Amino acid sequence: MSGALQDWKSQKKPFAAVVTAPVFWLALFFVAPMAIVWLYSFGQNAGPADIEISGTLDNYKRATEWLYVSIFLKSFAVAGLTTLLCLIIGFPVAMAITFAAPKWRPWLLLGIMLPFWTNLLIRTYALMALMGTNGYMNKGLAGLWEGASWLRTLVGMQPLDAWTPVQLLYNNFAVVLGLVYVHLPFMVLPLYSALDRLDKSLIEASLDLGAGHLKTFMQIVVPLAAPGIVAGVMITLIPALGAYLTPDLMGGTDSQMIANVIERQFKRANDWPFGAALSFLLIYAMFILIAFQSMRSNKVKAA
Amino acid sequence: MDFKTFLHAGSNRRAMLKGMGVAAVGFSLTGALAGCGEKEAKKLANGEEAKLNFYNWDTYIGETTLEDYKDSAGVDVNMTLFASNDELFAKLRAGNPGYDVIVPSNDFVERMAAADMLMPLDQAQIPNFKNVAKDYQDVPYDPARKYSMPYTWLALGIGYRKSKVKAVPDSWKVLFDSDEYKGRIAVLSEAGDMFRLYGKYMGKSVNGLTDADLKAIEAMMIKQKPNIKAFHEDNGQDLLLKGEVDLVLEYNGDIAQAMVEDSDIGFVIPKEGSQLNSDNLCIPKGAPHPKNAHAFINYLLDAEAGKKITETILYPTPNDAAKALMPDAYKNNPVIFPPADVLAKCEYAKFNPELQPKYEEAFTRVRAA
Repeated sequence: MSGALQDWKSQKKPFAAVVTAPVFWLALFFVAPMAIVWLYSFGQNAGPADIEISGTLDNYKRATEWLYVSIFLKSFAVAGLTTLLCLIIGFPVAMAITFAAPKWRPWLLLGIMLPFWTNLLIRTYALMALMGTNGYMNKGLAGLWEGASWLRTLVGMQPLDAWTPVQLLYNNFAVVLGLVYVHLPFMVLPLYSALDRLDKSLIEASLDLGAGHLKTFMQIVVPLAAPGIVAGVMITLIPALGAYLTPDLMGGTDSQMIANVIERQFKRANDWPFGAALSFLLIYAMFILIAFQSMRSNKVKAA
Repeated sequence: MDFKTFLHAGSNRRAMLKGMGVAAVGFSLTGALAGCGEKEAKKLANGEEAKLNFYNWDTYIGETTLEDYKDSAGVDVNMTLFASNDELFAKLRAGNPGYDVIVPSNDFVERMAAADMLMPLDQAQIPNFKNVAKDYQDVPYDPARKYSMPYTWLALGIGYRKSKVKAVPDSWKVLFDSDEYKGRIAVLSEAGDMFRLYGKYMGKSVNGLTDADLKAIEAMMIKQKPNIKAFHEDNGQDLLLKGEVDLVLEYNGDIAQAMVEDSDIGFVIPKEGSQLNSDNLCIPKGAPHPKNAHAFINYLLDAEAGKKITETILYPTPNDAAKALMPDAYKNNPVIFPPADVLAKCEYAKFNPELQPKYEEAFTRVRAA
């Protein structure tokens, strides 16, 4: 890394030639539109299709009212829980892929990637078909229930009451489940790439020197996989924080997240300035998260 | 969701595409550009090229209407689709990207007219206006039909599963103010419609709500929230068909489609009255083919063409000449054409730029509560 750095300092012209196009691209299609939205957040509606940028801070004042702060906090909680579950589920999966026989590894990775290549909406609808009142999960559970009831009659006991479907869909449980399902690949892939680089002789050494499996895992594997864990957490937490399709389709009456509120400002409420202010508060929150991460990695490098 | 209901979801103009909004935007943009960008085609007698860009709801036209029009007028109609009025408005907000005819609902006709986004219609070029029912020739949301021609109309009401209710749910009370059907109810996620219908339940006009009313309604909504299973995105008929809920707040046209598939489904407009909507044909400012647009709107209002459209979409038609050609099963269907005494208590919602953000914020509070 540092070698490459020296190279571009001594050879500025080729570097400039390479870097101009992406910088131009970024400025034209990212910085400029975002700047316009940022300006909107200091404006107010002057008609059904006109926004007057007056430098007002009213939108931010409104966005920091308890109502919206509480929705921000709720979104953080849901996204945090999603990330934690992804980590708990994803770590063993990444370990399993790392330690699988080499000929199996590409297939296991493909298994992780395949859902990733399918449209999010299709995956969500598929999950909804599975989890509905008359969906396959409830049908399966009903089958088990009836089986158990039949077994009880065999041993002379009263049969169970009739099966009542479980409400899996349209609640916060469904939202978290949907988000975990959608974001799991984001967690598994960085974890896998960190674990794959891990020197396996260190694990052997730890085991040979008398540490148990749990101790080896906690003191050798986890610290060495830390960059992968941090990357996985960031890359899962940030999109989960901005999720709107999953809470919209799978959530119940109290499952709104901040992105749903933002969407409604731009569409139904037709209040772009307020939507812009909410969006930028979300973006600032993400910047702070990323800043924490880079501060942390700088500290690790310095130590 | 089995294959049949999936297909059904796809066959409804408001349900499936809404979720696919992003994809639809991509499609329609390329479609519109392809329509405008092709090399110079032959000119018509009116001096315009033989093209027309039609921006419509999904499954909201007769099966052969566009081909029939090409055969009779020689004009290629390039139809692209939108999924909500918000999408339509957002698309035209920064200038017309090349559409000639659009289909906004009544409150958006008002909103777009107020934003100076619509071209005044030349009624001399639309002689078939005479086919339109008297009630729709002059409407409060577009006095003297300056900007719009009626295409369909709808009424909100309660769709229900007959075998799961004790009595016909003919009052908003069962949805808004009762735990009788706890956990088996889905209502609309559109804040404005919800507040206005609660207003109807309280005996007010949908256009006469005060701040105090909003407060009272918000408290009622929060109290009722535990009894509601979901706020649906206008796909209530699917929830009803799949057995997710037994009562749903929906449009009569959507439930009429569901009743074709499932005879256990019923629909009623509550006795307190309800809210009417109407979709309208308009020409946005900056339309590249305004004369073709007038001619096309005139064709859509033709009796035979209107009949074919109505046969496909099964919505109530404001076109009397087309309705006269329809079979009795449609004309006398009380779901599609509710009795006059019920309709007399229904109102159109006026576009109200001050109240809309208040509805949204109050509804956000209800969801957060």
